[in-house]
Amino acid sequence: MTATLGARPAPGRGRARARHRLTVLGFMAPAIIGFVLFFGYPLVATVVFSFTKYDLINAPEFNGLDNYAYMFKDPLLTKAIANTLWFVVVLTIARTVFALGVASVIARLKSGVGLIRTLCYLPSLAPPVAATLVFFMVLRPNGGPVDNLLGVFGIDSPLWFSDPAWAKPGITAIMLWISGDLMIIILAAILDVPQEQYEAAELDGAGPIRRWWHVTLPTISPVLLFGIVNSVILALQLFTQAVVAGSAGSGAADATGSTKYLGFPDNSTLTFPVYLYTQGFRYFDMGYAAAMATVLFVISFAVTIVLVQRMRKNSTAEEGGPGA
Amino acid sequence: MRKHTRAALLCVAAGMATALTLTACAAGKGGGASSDAAAAPGKDDKLTLTVWSNYSDREYEEVTKALKTFNKKFPNIEIKHEGSQDDDKITAGIRSGNTPDVALSFTTDNIGQFCSSGAFQPLKAYIERDKVDLNQISPAVREYTEYKGNRCAMPMLTDVYAMYYNKDMMSAAGVTAPPKTLDELFEAAKKLTKKAPNGDIEVAGYLPTMGFYANRPTILAPSFGAEWEKDGKSALASSPGFTEMMTFQKKLVDFYGFDALERFRAGLGQEYSADHAFHQGKIAIMMDGEYRTAFLKAQAPQIKFGTAPFPTWKPADYGTAFTTGTIMGIPKGAKNPGAAWELIKHLSFDTDTIVDLSNAIKNVPSTKAAMESPKLEVDEQFKTFIDLAKSDKLKGNPVTPIGDAHIKAVTDFAVSYTSGKVPDLAAGLKEVDKNIDDQIAKSGK
Repeated sequence: MTATLGARPAPGRGRARARHRLTVLGFMAPAIIGFVLFFGYPLVATVVFSFTKYDLINAPEFNGLDNYAYMFKDPLLTKAIANTLWFVVVLTIARTVFALGVASVIARLKSGVGLIRTLCYLPSLAPPVAATLVFFMVLRPNGGPVDNLLGVFGIDSPLWFSDPAWAKPGITAIMLWISGDLMIIILAAILDVPQEQYEAAELDGAGPIRRWWHVTLPTISPVLLFGIVNSVILALQLFTQAVVAGSAGSGAADATGSTKYLGFPDNSTLTFPVYLYTQGFRYFDMGYAAAMATVLFVISFAVTIVLVQRMRKNSTAEEGGPGA
Repeated sequence: MRKHTRAALLCVAAGMATALTLTACAAGKGGGASSDAAAAPGKDDKLTLTVWSNYSDREYEEVTKALKTFNKKFPNIEIKHEGSQDDDKITAGIRSGNTPDVALSFTTDNIGQFCSSGAFQPLKAYIERDKVDLNQISPAVREYTEYKGNRCAMPMLTDVYAMYYNKDMMSAAGVTAPPKTLDELFEAAKKLTKKAPNGDIEVAGYLPTMGFYANRPTILAPSFGAEWEKDGKSALASSPGFTEMMTFQKKLVDFYGFDALERFRAGLGQEYSADHAFHQGKIAIMMDGEYRTAFLKAQAPQIKFGTAPFPTWKPADYGTAFTTGTIMGIPKGAKNPGAAWELIKHLSFDTDTIVDLSNAIKNVPSTKAAMESPKLEVDEQFKTFIDLAKSDKLKGNPVTPIGDAHIKAVTDFAVSYTSGKVPDLAAGLKEVDKNIDDQIAKSGK
């Protein structure tokens, strides 16, 4: 091959390259336009609004860093951040482990795979409001099915969505029930692990657990990382289930407007997005809500970067590269 | 690398420039909020008025019938009523230019924002032009339909809150008359409460939990003579009424035991369902609006109930009550503001229309004439609410520019205080005052 560094490309070749670029750009245009309109612009506008006083009706007025400064004296914001961090840690771990566990069991089933796979996936298609209300009714103290079942064993059921200590675990249970989408992705990854690797491990004397640990897990680790990132983002954006569980717990699931008690009980379901919505649409302070959204974006972005870098490092280590 | 950085910076700069340009459009489209009165439509003008409300099902049908009565005055105007439209949708409509001509809102907590932001157009010019006598409406109702002297809404019926009591349970417990003072309420609650041998509550005489059903600080405040603000500042800590409200709530919660009460409350039905605790005979006394009379007759006809003014801290205050209700306004950018005002005026002051709608959806009429109308169907239970609505002791919803942030702050504090988490009442109320003032200062209104 001859190096042609510094040589001027022939005019015909340059035109062809430009035409090629235009063709590529043409094919990518719908995606690029969609990205700019529905992600780029809202993102930049949110950052801009975060430096303004904006009541949704009148033009935003620049107010410098006032919105960010107010975050330090807002008692509910601290609570909302703590609640969301709880979900980021607990929900991420629980959802990934749960989906991995269910997928691993389904992958080993000999019969009825199709039916069980469908049954495990179906709840993820339920609308979040309906799924939450179903869980509320099932877990309802004083007469709910779970309460009656625990009563048979002489156990008092928790108050779930009426007890600040149990409301978040209750919502986590809902999120696990509807985690069939992640389960299907992990199941596909498990089924995609080359059979030869299992056979080689078996020849080396590895039992089922060691095969799962040393063959399945490393091979599907990129998919697991996707599951973790997906779960972190889901936890950071948790809204509908928190609103419905809080409203139903306070006895106002069927109420409208400001009679809905967001955050019930004792603000334990007041997640960052719920508080953001409250500030923007119930207190009409979209500038502050935008500042909160900007902070949420920066945190989500940072967490994702850290996780992706970690994955890359692990992949390099698995492949025997530097650092192995 | 440097090339990539430069490209990224250019992208960000372009994005910022675009966003800054577009944010200028973020304030909504269409006509602005004019302080002049638009002309009333002529008899030959063919036009369609769009009305948005949050009504649904049977109530939607009844309100639609009431809207159609406008055609007697203006047969040339077609009315298009769209239900299930909450305040979020009204705000989004104003911002996008898809604005209704008349917006009906259930959320009087938002009137401060509607008036101060111009989301609802000022009505002063219309009222002066048409020489409308606002004294036909009680002062309390006038209070919750304006903000700092800017009237941007009119009432369409009102809700008035009072005490409901289960007559059978009262007589079985030996409570001969509805309580009038807080001490009497406490004693009645004790007598009416039934506990299982293990301490579980089976029936609560009166359920005090703040935030549950109609136990909202705004609704309870008049019974305690509690004042929300003084000299433009939140005044909970300096209001003896709020101290008394919290003390009374805690006394009741301590009687039941916070944990036992929470276990009992967690098993009760939703507020607007047939499982409501009062419908099921699980609570004997409660605070609620006049609309509950219709719910009870439809969903729990077996319950024999009575109504009376809610007991008060000071005997002289007996007969006071809280009122709020549906509000009507002309949103910013409405295409037919002149005709919209005519419709609002009709719904606000046409006695027959108000009476028919009140009879249909069992809300209290908002004008004195309608309350006196012989056509108004008033039974024994509903009469309590009419009497309270006529009283000069009636108190309106406190209006702020921060939605219901102040109500949430007090509700949260009440739960913390009654559960024993916050021991210092005075310091706690001062903290709530500070939070409310900070929030209002942040709004800049």
